[in-house]
Amino acid sequence: MSSRKSKSNSLIHAECLSQVQRILRERFCHQSPHSNLFGVQVQYKHLSELLKRTAIHGESNSVLIIGPRGSGKTMLINHALRELMEIEEVSENVLQVHLNGLLQINDKIALKEITRQLNLENVVGDKVFGSFAENFSFLLEALKKGDRTSSCPVIFILDEFDLFAHHKNQTLLYNLFDISQSAQTPIAVIGLTCRLDILELLEKRVKSRFSHRQIYLMNSFGFPQYVKIFKEQLSLPAEFPDKLFAEKWNENVQCLSEERSVQEVLQKHFNISKNLRSLHMLLMLSLNRVTASHPFMTAIDLMEASQLCSMDSKANIVHGLSVLEICLIIAMKHLNDIYEEEPFNFQMVYNEFQKFVQRKAHSVYNFEKPVVMKAFEHLQQLELIKPVERTSGNSQREYQLMKLLLDNTQIMNALQKYPNCPTDVRQWATSSLSWL
Amino acid sequence: MAHYPTRLKTRKTYSWVGRPLLDRKLHYQTYREMCVKTEDCSTEINIQVGQFVLIKGDDDENPFVAKLLELFEDDSDPPKKCAQVQWFVRFCEIPVRKQHLLGRKPAAQEIFWYDYPACNSSINAETIIGPVRVILLPPNDVVPTDLKNEKTLFVKLSWNEKKFRPLSPELFAELNKPQEGAAKCQKPVGAKNKSAESPAWTPAEYVAKRIESRHSASKSRQTPTHPVTPRARKRLELAGLGNSWMSQQASCATLDSPGRTKRKVAFSEITSPSKRSQPDKLQTLSQAPKAPETTRENGLSYTEDDKKASPERCMILRTRIPPLKTIDIRDERTLTPIRGGRRSSVVPSVILKPENIEKRDAKEAETQNEATSTPHRVRRKSSLLTMNRIRRQLRFLGNSKSDQEEKEILPAAEISDSSSEDEEASIPPLPRRTPRTVSRNLQSSLKSSLKTPTKMPKKRPKPRTTPCCATPQIRSRILAAQEPASVLEKARLRLHVSAVPESLPCREQEFQDIYNFVESKLLDNTGGCMYISGVPGTGKTATVHEVIRCLQQAAQANDVPPFHYIEVNGMKLTEPHQVYVQILQKLTGQKATASHAAELLAKRFCTRGSPQDTTVLLVDELDLLWTHKQDVMYNLFDWPTQKKARLVVLAIANTMDLPERIMMNRVSSRLGLTRMSFQPYTYSQLQQILRSRLRHLKAFEDDAIQLVARKVAALSGDARRCLDICRRATEICEFSQQKPNSPGLVTIAHSMEAVDEMFSSSYITAIKNSSILEQGFLRAILAEFHRSGLEEATFQQIYSQHVALCRMEGLPYPTMSETMAVCSRLGSCRLLLVEPSRNDLLLRVRLNVSQDDVLYALKEE
Repeated sequence: MSSRKSKSNSLIHAECLSQVQRILRERFCHQSPHSNLFGVQVQYKHLSELLKRTAIHGESNSVLIIGPRGSGKTMLINHALRELMEIEEVSENVLQVHLNGLLQINDKIALKEITRQLNLENVVGDKVFGSFAENFSFLLEALKKGDRTSSCPVIFILDEFDLFAHHKNQTLLYNLFDISQSAQTPIAVIGLTCRLDILELLEKRVKSRFSHRQIYLMNSFGFPQYVKIFKEQLSLPAEFPDKLFAEKWNENVQCLSEERSVQEVLQKHFNISKNLRSLHMLLMLSLNRVTASHPFMTAIDLMEASQLCSMDSKANIVHGLSVLEICLIIAMKHLNDIYEEEPFNFQMVYNEFQKFVQRKAHSVYNFEKPVVMKAFEHLQQLELIKPVERTSGNSQREYQLMKLLLDNTQIMNALQKYPNCPTDVRQWATSSLSWL
Repeated sequence: MAHYPTRLKTRKTYSWVGRPLLDRKLHYQTYREMCVKTEDCSTEINIQVGQFVLIKGDDDENPFVAKLLELFEDDSDPPKKCAQVQWFVRFCEIPVRKQHLLGRKPAAQEIFWYDYPACNSSINAETIIGPVRVILLPPNDVVPTDLKNEKTLFVKLSWNEKKFRPLSPELFAELNKPQEGAAKCQKPVGAKNKSAESPAWTPAEYVAKRIESRHSASKSRQTPTHPVTPRARKRLELAGLGNSWMSQQASCATLDSPGRTKRKVAFSEITSPSKRSQPDKLQTLSQAPKAPETTRENGLSYTEDDKKASPERCMILRTRIPPLKTIDIRDERTLTPIRGGRRSSVVPSVILKPENIEKRDAKEAETQNEATSTPHRVRRKSSLLTMNRIRRQLRFLGNSKSDQEEKEILPAAEISDSSSEDEEASIPPLPRRTPRTVSRNLQSSLKSSLKTPTKMPKKRPKPRTTPCCATPQIRSRILAAQEPASVLEKARLRLHVSAVPESLPCREQEFQDIYNFVESKLLDNTGGCMYISGVPGTGKTATVHEVIRCLQQAAQANDVPPFHYIEVNGMKLTEPHQVYVQILQKLTGQKATASHAAELLAKRFCTRGSPQDTTVLLVDELDLLWTHKQDVMYNLFDWPTQKKARLVVLAIANTMDLPERIMMNRVSSRLGLTRMSFQPYTYSQLQQILRSRLRHLKAFEDDAIQLVARKVAALSGDARRCLDICRRATEICEFSQQKPNSPGLVTIAHSMEAVDEMFSSSYITAIKNSSILEQGFLRAILAEFHRSGLEEATFQQIYSQHVALCRMEGLPYPTMSETMAVCSRLGSCRLLLVEPSRNDLLLRVRLNVSQDDVLYALKEE
C-alpha cells in the first residue's frame, strides 16, 4: 500500500521535475526579458528615456552600451524595448532593425538586411536590387525623405558594434550617425559592444557624428547580491501548476542559499567571475543531477557542478594518455627544465626517453622508434605540443622544433591522479636525476 | 501639355442636369449630364457623357485625361456622385523603363488610349476638373506639333502596359462620335464680372490678409484627412515610377508654352477679384510696378485700365483655358469632403509667394533704376545689397516677423526656366521635391513649431504619398510626434545637431569668402574649384549649405544667374567611381553605369554644347574619392577648367594638406590654390553658438554653458560635441529635478556630470568592478612586467606569477583553464591586448592601460 503510494508520489514528482527543468533551463539558456534586472536601474532609466524620446518626440539619438561579456547588455536593451513596445502609442509607431556584427560581416549584407527588416524590398514592386551602390543610395534616399514629426522612428540595434567599425570606410556607421545628426527620419542607433576602447576604433568623422553617449554595464554588484541573484534564478515562479511542489522547491532553495558550503561554492565562483552566464552554467550542471529519486537540489550537487566547472581541460587530457605518451611528456618537461624553455625536436625527446629506458629497463618496455614517433604525433594532435613554426613539407619530422603547451604544475598534478602509473615513471618525473 | 497654375482655389459645386435614368439592375441612378459651377457662379461647365475630361491627379500640371462613360449616383449615404471613365495616359505617366517602347519622341500633346482592364475605371465625379478637347488621329497621321491651342490633345496609339498599338478601327469610330458639341457646353458667365470694384490693398491689409490666409491654411491642415481622391488610378500611378523625374521632364517639355498661358491667366483673373484667393491678389498687386516689363514680354500692350476695360478679351481667354481655373492643388483634394465653410484653403506652398514679392518690392526701391540693363558689376552690387539684407535679417532674429520671413523664403532648388519672377512664384510645388529644399522646408516647419508650439496643429496631415514615388520611404508614423512641452524639452530640440539654426554664428568670414567665390563664378559664367578643410564639427558643410541657400534666394530674385546645385558625399558612396553615377543622376535624372556616366559627364562638361546653367557641385569627404589612379579626383577638378563647363566645385575634407599629401601633382595643380580652412571653434565661439541656439529660452545657467564650451574647446573644438553635452545636461537636469517637479535650470553641476560622462575613461571603473581573480591576474601581469622589465609577457610567465602570488596570500590558486578564461575575458574588453585566436601558454599579453592606472585602480579597495 505504502509502496504504491510512494510510487504514485514519485510519478507526480517526475512530472513536476520535468516541468521544473524545462522552466529553469529556459531561464538559463535564453535571456528572457522577463527576468529582473540587477543593479542597472540607472542605466536602464537612461536607455529607456532615450528610446522613448525617439519614439514619442522623434528625436534622433545614438548610444553605445558597453560592458564585458555576460554583463547584461542584450538583456538591458531587450527589457527597454519590451517596455517601450508596451506603451500603446509607441507600439505601432516604431520600426526596429536588429543587426549583428557577426552575421552582417560587411556593409553590403548589412544593407540587404536593413532593407529586409524595414520591409522596403517590396515597395518598388518587381524591382530586384541590382548593385550594392543602388541599394545603398536607395536606402539613404528612403531615410532622407522622412522628417522628425511625420516619419516613423527607426531603432537600429547593432550587436557586436565593434565589428561594424571594421567595415570598409565605416560607411554604414557614418551614414547611420549622420542621419541621427541631421533632420531626416528619426533614428536611434544603439550599439552593443564589450570593447572599452570602442571610441578609438571609430574614424574621426564617424566619431564626431556619434553623440558620445555611453552606457556602461560593469557588473558592479557585491557578493550578497550575487547570492540573491542565485536564489532568484533558482526559485520557481508563482504560476507553477503544482503549488505544493513549488513551495517545497523554493523553500529548499532558500535553505540552500543559507548553507555554508553552498555559500563557499558561490563565493569561489564569484571570485572567479562576476559573469552571470557562469552562474547559469553552474546551476545548469547541478540541475541536471536532479531526478525523481533525488527531487531537490543539495549542496553536494552544487559542489560537484562547481568542480566540473573549474576542471582543467589540459590536465583531463593528460589523464587519458598512455604510459609511453606520459613518458614523452616527462622527457619534454626535463628538456624544458634543462634548456630553459627552448624548443625541442623529436630526436631530443627520444634521446631523453632512451636514457630513462636504459636505466630502468625492467619497468618500461623499450618501444621501437616509429612507435615512439607515433605517440609523439598523437601528442601533437592533442595540441599538448605545438610546432614553433608552421610545418613545412621538406623538413624532417624528427627535427621539427616543438614547444610543450603544459605547465610543470599541470604535469605534476595530472601525474598525481594518473591511474596505474609506474613508480619509476613517477619518480623520474619529480627529478630528471633520480636514476643516478 | 499646358502648364496649369494651381493656386486658384475656388470651390466647385457639382450638380446633375436632367432627370435620372434609373438603372433597375444596378440600383443606382445614372445621368446624362453634369454641371460644374465654381463657387461664385462665374462659370459653369456642363459635362456630358461621352466627353473627354480632365481629372485631378497628383501632378497638377498634367491632370489625368479620361473619357466619361457614365455618370451615376452611388447608393451610399449621402449619395456620392460617381463616374465611369475610360482612361488615357500621358507619355510621362508611362513607366520610365517602358517609355522607349514607343520608338520615337512623343509629341508634346500626345496621349495614349489606356487599354488595361485591370485599372479601376470608376471615380468620384467631383474630381473632374473640366472638359478637354481630344482629337483622334488615324495611325498614319502625324501629330501636329505647333498648334495654337495647347489644350488639344491627340490620341494615336493605345497602351496596354506592355506595348503601344495603333487604335482599332471600331474604337476609332466610337471615340470620334461624341466629340461634337462638347465645346459649346461651356457657358462663361461673363456678366458676373466685378472687376470694376477691385479694391486697392493697403499694405496693412495685405499683411493681415496674408496672416489670415496662413491661418486658414494651418486650420485646414488640422482637419482629419480622408482620401476620397480617385484611388482608381492606383494602378497607373504605380506604373509611373520615377515620378519626380518624369514631372521634371514634363516641365522641361512644356518650357516653351507656360509663360504665355500663365500670363494670360493672370490677366483674366484680374477681372474677377471676388473669385480670386489671397495670393492671387497679391500677385496682381505686385505685378503693377512691373507692368512695363510684363507687357513687353507678352507683346500685349495692356495697362491696368486696359485690363478693366476689356472683359471680352478676358472672357475669351477664359473659355480657352477653362481647366486652369478649376484645377485644384493636390494637397487640397484631401479636404474635399469637409470643405464646407472654408472659403480659401490655401496650400502652404502658396503662402510663400507673397514673401518673394514683398522682398522684391522692397528691393525695387534700391535697384529700380538699374533694373533695365544689368551689367555684371551692377548685378554684383545688387547682390551685395541682398547679402546685406540677409545679414540684417539674421541679426534681427529676435524679431518674430523677420523670423517668419526667414522661414517663408523657400529657395527653389532648381530654377529650370529663366522667365520672370511671376512665373517662378506660380510654379507649383514641383521644384521643391529636390531633397535639399525639402529638408529646408522641414526645418522651417520645425522652427515654427518651436516658436509657437501651442498654435501648431497637433495632428499634422500625413504626407499621403501616392504609390508612384520613385524611391520609397520609411512609413509614416501613425501617431503624431509630440511637441516639446517644457523649457528643457524645447532646449533639447534646439540643441540637437540636426536643428539647423537660422544663422551660423562665428562663421561669418568663411561664409562671406565662399559666397563671394561662388557668386563671382556664377556672375562671370566660369568654373572653378575651392578646397575647404577643417576638423570634423567645425561647420564646413553647414556653411556651404547656408551659402547655397542664400545664393538660391538670390537666384530667385534674379541677382545671380540661376544654377544647378548638386551635392555628393564620399562617405555615401560605395566606391569612388559611383560619384559619376550620382552626379549624372542628380544633373539629368539619367541612370548609367559608372564608366558610362563618366563619359556622359565628360561630354557634357567638355564639349561646346548649348549654353547651360552653371552647376555648383559640393563634394563632401573628398579624401574618400581617392583611387589608385586618382582619375575621379582628376576629372572632378579638370572639368571646371574646361571653357564650356561652367562648373564650380567645392571640395570638403578634413586635412589641410590633403592636396599635397595624397594627390598627384597634376591633380593638385588643377585643384588650384583657392583654399580655406576652418579652424576649430574657440571657447567663446562655442559659447556664442550655444547662446544663439538657446536665445529666449531660459534653460541654462550662463556658467554651465561656459563650462561646456571651455571643456570642448580644450579637447576638440567640435561643435557637435558641445551640443551633445548640453543636450545630455538637460536630461540630467530633468532627471534630478523630477521630484520637486519645478522647471529646472541646468546648472554647472549638471553640465559637469554630462562632461564627465562623455569624456571620462571607463578603464578604471572596469578594473574596479572586475572579479577578484581578474584583479589578481592584472596584478600578476604587473609583477611579471616588473620582473622582466618588458611590457609584454607570455601567458605562462604570468600564470606562474599568479600562482606564486596566490600562494603568498594563502589563496587557492586557480587552474590553468580558469586563468585562461580570465585572460580572454580581459582581452575581450580590451583591458589587455592579446594575440587573436591563440589560447595557449605562449599567448603574448600586453596591458592596454597604463600600469599606473592599473595600480591606482587596484589599490583603492
